Amino acid sequence: MFLAWRELSFARGRFVLMGSVVALIGLLMVLLSGLSVGLVNDGVSGLQKLPVSSFAFQDGVDKTSAFSRSVVGVETAETWAEQDGVEDATPFGNSLVNTRTDKDVDIDMALFGVEEGSWLSPEATDGADLSGPGQIVVAGTLKDEGVAVGDTVEIDQIGTKFEVVGFLDGQHTYGHVDVGYVDLRTWQEIRAGVRPGEPVPDHVYDDATAVAVKYDADADVDLAAGDKAAETTSMTLKESYGASPGYTAETSTLQMIQVFLYAISALVVGAFFTVVTIQRRHEIAVLRAMGASTRYLLRDSLTQSAILLIGSSAVGVAIGLILGALISSSPMPFALEAAPVAVATVLLVVLGMVGAAAAVFRITRVDPLTALGGNR
Amino acid sequence: MSTTAPATTRTGLEISGVSLVHGDGESTVTALDDVSLTVSPGEFVAIVGPSGSGKSSLLAVAGGLAKPDSGTIRVGGHDLGGMSGRRLTELRRTQIGFVFQSGNLIPALTAVDQLRLPMTLGRVENPRDPMELLEEVGMAHRARHRPDKLSGGERQRVGIARALVTRPALLLVDEPTAALDRSRSHDVVSLLARETHGHDVATVMVTHDQDVLEHCDKVYRMTDGTLEVESN
Ligand SMILES: Nc1ncnc2c1ncn2[C@@H]1O[C@H](COP(=O)(O)OP(=O)(O)OP(=O)(O)O)[C@@H](O)[C@H]1O
Ligand SMILES: [Mg+2]
Repeated sequence: MFLAWRELSFARGRFVLMGSVVALIGLLMVLLSGLSVGLVNDGVSGLQKLPVSSFAFQDGVDKTSAFSRSVVGVETAETWAEQDGVEDATPFGNSLVNTRTDKDVDIDMALFGVEEGSWLSPEATDGADLSGPGQIVVAGTLKDEGVAVGDTVEIDQIGTKFEVVGFLDGQHTYGHVDVGYVDLRTWQEIRAGVRPGEPVPDHVYDDATAVAVKYDADADVDLAAGDKAAETTSMTLKESYGASPGYTAETSTLQMIQVFLYAISALVVGAFFTVVTIQRRHEIAVLRAMGASTRYLLRDSLTQSAILLIGSSAVGVAIGLILGALISSSPMPFALEAAPVAVATVLLVVLGMVGAAAAVFRITRVDPLTALGGNR
Repeated sequence: MSTTAPATTRTGLEISGVSLVHGDGESTVTALDDVSLTVSPGEFVAIVGPSGSGKSSLLAVAGGLAKPDSGTIRVGGHDLGGMSGRRLTELRRTQIGFVFQSGNLIPALTAVDQLRLPMTLGRVENPRDPMELLEEVGMAHRARHRPDKLSGGERQRVGIARALVTRPALLLVDEPTAALDRSRSHDVVSLLARETHGHDVATVMVTHDQDVLEHCDKVYRMTDGTLEVESN
């Protein structure tokens, strides 16, 4: 790598400039990937952490807003539990409410109604599990907002009160608000708008949002057959994220930004190496006349671009990770995952090298004689 | 000073009946028209002639940079015709040295690194020592300087040294003095003559400079693609 190193240090001004651009792109990629993972977590972490395999919604429900529109009969759970391969099925209630604690903390909350003691009923890591009406188990992150075990949470308008008995482990959110688990019957009353003390019509206890179905990951469950028997529309847990408010719009916007960033970085990096290589046209012609093989020229160019790209994207990603760690401790939705960061970095390096290689190929195909212009 | 094998075991450049037509279709230019030329090891040949007569084309063909339309070319006994691109590259690296008018140094490399470069392109049998060679062309004191810090004449000396470091059988030089004043021109051309004679290189130099012909063993004139002896 005799020539590659010397050229890097000789034209260091130009390479440092380009290195900064690559580092900034790397930084931007890390931040954007952290933001998109963070937004996904903020939108659906409460769903991601459910032990559910699939949800059976009301037949023919709009799939982008299934959780808010769907109504299924609770007895549907029995039909689903009998399906081949299905381990268990239980009704699940989901609605968004505004609440306030007795310490005047306003909380927008996603109220999940589950049959207490069922497999869907969550395990509190702090405090006690749900064991009856009048109790609520909430997301662990609410502790940071000043909520504590023993606090009372009151639903606005209706006035239903719950005692906070336990906290879940870490973040549990749905539609960017924190999740609180209550027992299914109380959830049904709240959904029907029944105030505490009022008589409850019997039919209130007939409905839930969906049926949560559990089966082994490699069990061969025929969802279509189940849907036919139970007259429902099934979505796997992952598909159901899209039924969370705003999820599809947010993730597709961020994905589009990421795709554009990749495309722009490919163009910038590719164009830079093309220009740098074309500027070396005369020099490459001299090297060819001296007996340098195409392989030597390619290796020389690729070494230069690899050093530049790997070095500067490492710097950019490192800065991104440090910044990301700082942002993670703020309320901004931000979470870093290794895989998307690694993919972004590799992509940046590979795109740059492809640009460099393409430029070298174009130049080595030029007749060394014409490149030398006979005599210049 | 010479450490090369006796001249009899080496052959220099043998060109016979070579023609080269540039372009295709309607606008073709016959750059070389049935040219024959033999240069023995240790012989310093000059080619003069008007602009566009085909002098550079002859060097390109002799150096394997352009393929002739007919005729045969042998360098150091190797026939260039039918050689694969890879072998031709190898031959250029080990048997042929080029010196162009200007811009033939790599901007990023110091003088001594310019001379080390050919050895990094591939294996070279018994190369000359870069520092000694720089000393020989009178450039040792500028060994650590890059081309932008060298004068035209100094650059040309380094370029000549670089072309010679692999002990080529053939040295092709295109207008080495075009950018130099009279006394520098004499220095550079007498250096070429000294190296040609001292190391048994077959040297072909294209020049417009009548002044420097006194250093040459033989002068040819190129006119419209044909070559004839001007003086011995
Ligand atoms: N790549 C090319 N394509 C087409 N024609 C060319 C090409 N290279 C050279 N020619 C033509 O071939 C002829 C010989 O060119 P060449 O460069 O060999 O001349 P020259 O004797 O070296 O001239 P000069 O003294 O100006 O350097 C010229 O007419 C030139 O225009
Ligand atoms: Mg010429």
